[in-house]
Amino acid sequence: MAKIKGDIVINTERCKGCEVCIAACPFTVIQMSKEVNSKGYHFAMKVNDECTGCTNCALVCPDGVITVYRAKVTTE
Amino acid sequence: MEDKFAKTEIHKPENIVYKRTDLLVDRPLSYCPGCGHGTSHRMLMEVIEEMDITEKTIGVSPVGCSVLAYDFLNIDMLGAAHGRAPALATAIKRMWPDHFVFTYQGDGDLAAIGTAETIHACNRGENITIIFINNGIYGMTGGQMAPTTLPGMRSSTSPYGRDVPTMGHPLKITELIAHLPGVHYVTRQAVHTPNAVRKTKKAIRKAFELQKENKGLCFIEIVSNCNSGWKMTPVQSNKWMEDNMFPFYQLGDIKVDGKLVEKKEQVEKE
Amino acid sequence: MGELRLMKGNEAVAEAAIRAGCDGYFGYPITPQSEVMEYLMAEKPFERTGMVVLQAESEVAAINMIYGGAGTGKMVMTSSSSPGISLMQEGISYMAGAELPGLIVNIVRGGPGLGTIQPSQADYFQAVKGGGHGDYKLLVLAPASVQEMCDHVKLGFDKAFQYRTPVMILSDGAIGQMMEKVVLFDQIPRRTDAEVVAQCPWASNGRPSTRNHNIITSLDLDPAGQERVNLKLQAKYKLMEENEVLYEEIQCEDAEYLFVAFGLSARICQKAIDLARAKGIKVGLFRPITLFPFPAIEVSNVGNRVKGILVVEMNAGQMIEDVKLSVGCKVKIEHFGRFGGIIPSPDEVVYALEHKIIGG
Repeated sequence: MAKIKGDIVINTERCKGCEVCIAACPFTVIQMSKEVNSKGYHFAMKVNDECTGCTNCALVCPDGVITVYRAKVTTE
Repeated sequence: MEDKFAKTEIHKPENIVYKRTDLLVDRPLSYCPGCGHGTSHRMLMEVIEEMDITEKTIGVSPVGCSVLAYDFLNIDMLGAAHGRAPALATAIKRMWPDHFVFTYQGDGDLAAIGTAETIHACNRGENITIIFINNGIYGMTGGQMAPTTLPGMRSSTSPYGRDVPTMGHPLKITELIAHLPGVHYVTRQAVHTPNAVRKTKKAIRKAFELQKENKGLCFIEIVSNCNSGWKMTPVQSNKWMEDNMFPFYQLGDIKVDGKLVEKKEQVEKE
Repeated sequence: MGELRLMKGNEAVAEAAIRAGCDGYFGYPITPQSEVMEYLMAEKPFERTGMVVLQAESEVAAINMIYGGAGTGKMVMTSSSSPGISLMQEGISYMAGAELPGLIVNIVRGGPGLGTIQPSQADYFQAVKGGGHGDYKLLVLAPASVQEMCDHVKLGFDKAFQYRTPVMILSDGAIGQMMEKVVLFDQIPRRTDAEVVAQCPWASNGRPSTRNHNIITSLDLDPAGQERVNLKLQAKYKLMEENEVLYEEIQCEDAEYLFVAFGLSARICQKAIDLARAKGIKVGLFRPITLFPFPAIEVSNVGNRVKGILVVEMNAGQMIEDVKLSVGCKVKIEHFGRFGGIIPSPDEVVYALEHKIIGG
């Protein structure tokens, strides 16, 4: 059976912790980190593997820090 | 920081469905966290990249928060004096008629000091695209009142809220210029949700395609947040924008194919 | 020998612009220079050479159109008169800071304020000492004839591109309006877009994949960066001082007294020389043609040989400061001028020479 798998890679050093991606994600994949990056911002990070690669988060990100992958994966 | 949920097996170039365009210079943006400028810049550059018109595009940036836009947009740019971008763009387009020329301006730039340049470029029907970022405040200079600041809205020069009897009404410059026959396409969009971003990109693409046809000026207003000026978090500011800015500055097409759009009863649902 | 015509000064500017290969003229009507744009519109240079002519909504818009066109490497110009030139000061400062070539013609009228439509020379300070903000200079040319109105357009454009600087032609309402013979130079073809790109690699006219993007700006928020910009500009102006001085000496070889005058005042002084010499007064004329760079060394050489200098200018005394700075304090230097649009007669000039310099 084919399933859509998605993944996002976040440039945590460029993320400014605005949290707009969180509101945009339909699957609550993203939360803010407890740590801060070198600029002092909490950054976006994934908290589960529900990502479908819908690109919603990447589209709204003001700093364009998210790269989105999507592939059809055959599972048994 | 290690990503515990990374699906590295699909991290292949052929699986990339979204990546920040290379037409944005690879450097951090200087805008505040959550600011709509970043998203607007990105949509604009994606359109130019997809249309493959980098070599023929000349952009004019304003004075305001996006005064440094020329550092982020990987195309040839000119930084204009405050409000004067449409004048620059007029001359540029007249002398490089086969190039794609746009201005990118804020509300003070376009609707205060630049009002005459805006109106006259529109009136002459210059074949350019004007991108107007309206966040109802002067961000760069510390949050002063703008021509588009809403009645009752606080700013550093309207600390008790915009007082219409002494400070005037907010200026709906977009509706004003839409009436000019030289203006071909006018639309008001936003970039705070994925759907809004997609619509904005479509609008920008439409405007640039129309430049090929010499149909007149295309004007895209993007209602945006300014969480710093409005003194909120980015997410709060987007909500405030939906609740307060959108009822006043209604999203949607205002003029299409040179004809004003009749006001619809219901606002289009997302 | 080029084409000979009887033309008005303003018209000569316009015709010279077309012939010089100008790409665009953007202006706004104001007396006494509206004929520049009227001539251009009537000539339809778009059909002759492809030159764009556009009436802007204000002088502010016009100078910013010049900035925009110049920023893409095109050869552009505007013209106006004193109050309009005041409106353009911001744009001129921006052009100087962004190092953009362009030509600005000021057909000076009486001021200050709305003033009068009659001729004056009271914009010398504004043109030469900077009228806009910041440390910058313009190359300033002062034509004294309709022929020079024509020639200075071509010269101005050449220098504008050579130094990447705005250039000003400082004329006045009389030279703009009067009619004289002009020998017009032959048409120089407008540069093609490819030639513009080749001549101006710094210009923003569409980024090919072979280079980084160009940015036209006068902003540098880093003070060290902005200081570097200023040092570069100062070096440029020094180069202009060393290489671009233009002046004329008339009957200075045996002169015991000297007129120093530019533009229309120089023409009046030429007649005054005849009248004075008929009375036995050996007077000559030193005429600066570039007001910046000022012919300081040259006027000092001549000025220090004479017994007295009368600086004749239609203002309250502006160029006289540069004459005094150049010549020093050993020679008597006085000013004579009329204001508000009054043109002095040669007789008045001789009278002033006799009473302020010789007798005074």
